Amino acid sequence: MAGKMYVDVIVHHQADGKIKPLVIIWKNGVKYAIDKVTQVALAASLKAGGAGVRYTCVIQGVSRYLFLEDDRWFIEKGD
Amino acid sequence: MERVILHCDLNSFYASVECLYNPSLRNVPMAVGGDIEKRHGIILAKNQPAKKYDIKTGEAIWQAMVKCPGLIVVAPRFSLYMRFSQKVRDIFSRYTDRIESFGIDEAWLDVTGSVHLFGDGRKIADEIRQTIRQELGITASVGVSFNKVFAKLGSDYKKPDATTVITRENMKDIVFPLPVSDLLYVGYATAKKLHRYGIYTIGDLANADLAFLKRRLGKWGEYIWIFANGEEHSPVLPQLYEPYVKSIGNSTTAPRDLTTWQDIGIITHVLAESVAARLRDHQFKCSTVTVYVRDNELEHFTRQCKLEYPTDISREIAQSAMRLFRENIDFSKPLRSIGIKASDLSVGNSAVQLSFFTDQALREREAAIDRAFDQVRQRFGFYRIQRGCMKQDTLLSGFNPKGEHVIFPEGYFKAGE
Repeated sequence: MAGKMYVDVIVHHQADGKIKPLVIIWKNGVKYAIDKVTQVALAASLKAGGAGVRYTCVIQGVSRYLFLEDDRWFIEKGD
Repeated sequence: MERVILHCDLNSFYASVECLYNPSLRNVPMAVGGDIEKRHGIILAKNQPAKKYDIKTGEAIWQAMVKCPGLIVVAPRFSLYMRFSQKVRDIFSRYTDRIESFGIDEAWLDVTGSVHLFGDGRKIADEIRQTIRQELGITASVGVSFNKVFAKLGSDYKKPDATTVITRENMKDIVFPLPVSDLLYVGYATAKKLHRYGIYTIGDLANADLAFLKRRLGKWGEYIWIFANGEEHSPVLPQLYEPYVKSIGNSTTAPRDLTTWQDIGIITHVLAESVAARLRDHQFKCSTVTVYVRDNELEHFTRQCKLEYPTDISREIAQSAMRLFRENIDFSKPLRSIGIKASDLSVGNSAVQLSFFTDQALREREAAIDRAFDQVRQRFGFYRIQRGCMKQDTLLSGFNPKGEHVIFPEGYFKAGE
């Protein structure tokens, strides 16, 4: 079922105030490095149910959305 | 140059936010409603599937459940709605600084000075709708016109998620056939009067004889005639985030019907304490006290009185309210809810004319007691200190109107007329 999954994220807070996610840590402890952030935009996630800053991340060659909602990170759970 | 005014209305705002956060609610009839247990049970907002069952904002939850037995009612989360409201304002402010909020879910925007940057009114309206949908996952309907009243009619004309443009050219086709009660400030009572004179549509009103309307309805007759003709010129008032406060009030629906002066007295003191504490928070004093009474058949009335001095003292507000209640209540029907409102506000520390006939020392002692209450409650919690009379019936006095203040969506007031 589609839904919302909160995840741990290692983040680089830059001197200019920008926030750049570096690594997503899965529940089982596996770390996924974010190779590239291709887009940052304010967006709602109808799939997960929430709204915030949406980072389009390339992880192991696949594009995925990572959302920052207030002070928590979540991803859209697949079907 | 003709003004370009937008009126933006967030569709079923509370319900839309709840449906965004809980996708399983999106396709089933659901509503946001007050606390059923404490009888604060009214519908504050409903989603599209619930609208099919003719569920109305402002009606009791039990009435809605009769129309739609499977209705899911969720409790409101005001802080979440406030955050969304602010995010919507942030989107507006990308286009103009002239934003006038009308409740938590509606606003007027004057974009006259922005059309050369962003395109005409319709284009800005469409962009705003799209942005709200994409960034916040909720929808808005927008009316575009050359004055505020018609812009508001436009946002009501087609929903959800639609833009309606009303120009001088098409106003006779769009606005004139609408029922006269759709016009801003034409409430239930005015509409009934107008019907008696054969005025049923906004077009009828626009074409009515102005002198006749003035004779029958006074200055309001002239105002609504001007509104109907599209000649309303009031500016969109840019505001700070904190809306300009004109009055501070609290009301409550009691957990049981009120039948004695003791019942009324207990609730009055709880409400007056809350109103006075909120006045002090904002450093206001009030010169008018209004009371609101609704009986168990939902008939209601309001009464008001002027005060001798501007005040923020709980006892003085409670006393004035009690006097109004005593003059106007006969208990022929049990009462369901009462309210107190302080208005005619002045800034707290402005100079006051004293009188020989008032015990000013007593007033100062009472103000000191109120301040002590504030401090105790701030440090230890609301229920740590209470007036003795509250103990007469803890069921009635067991609520904190200041802390549990309900913020109604703008549609609620319309439904209440």
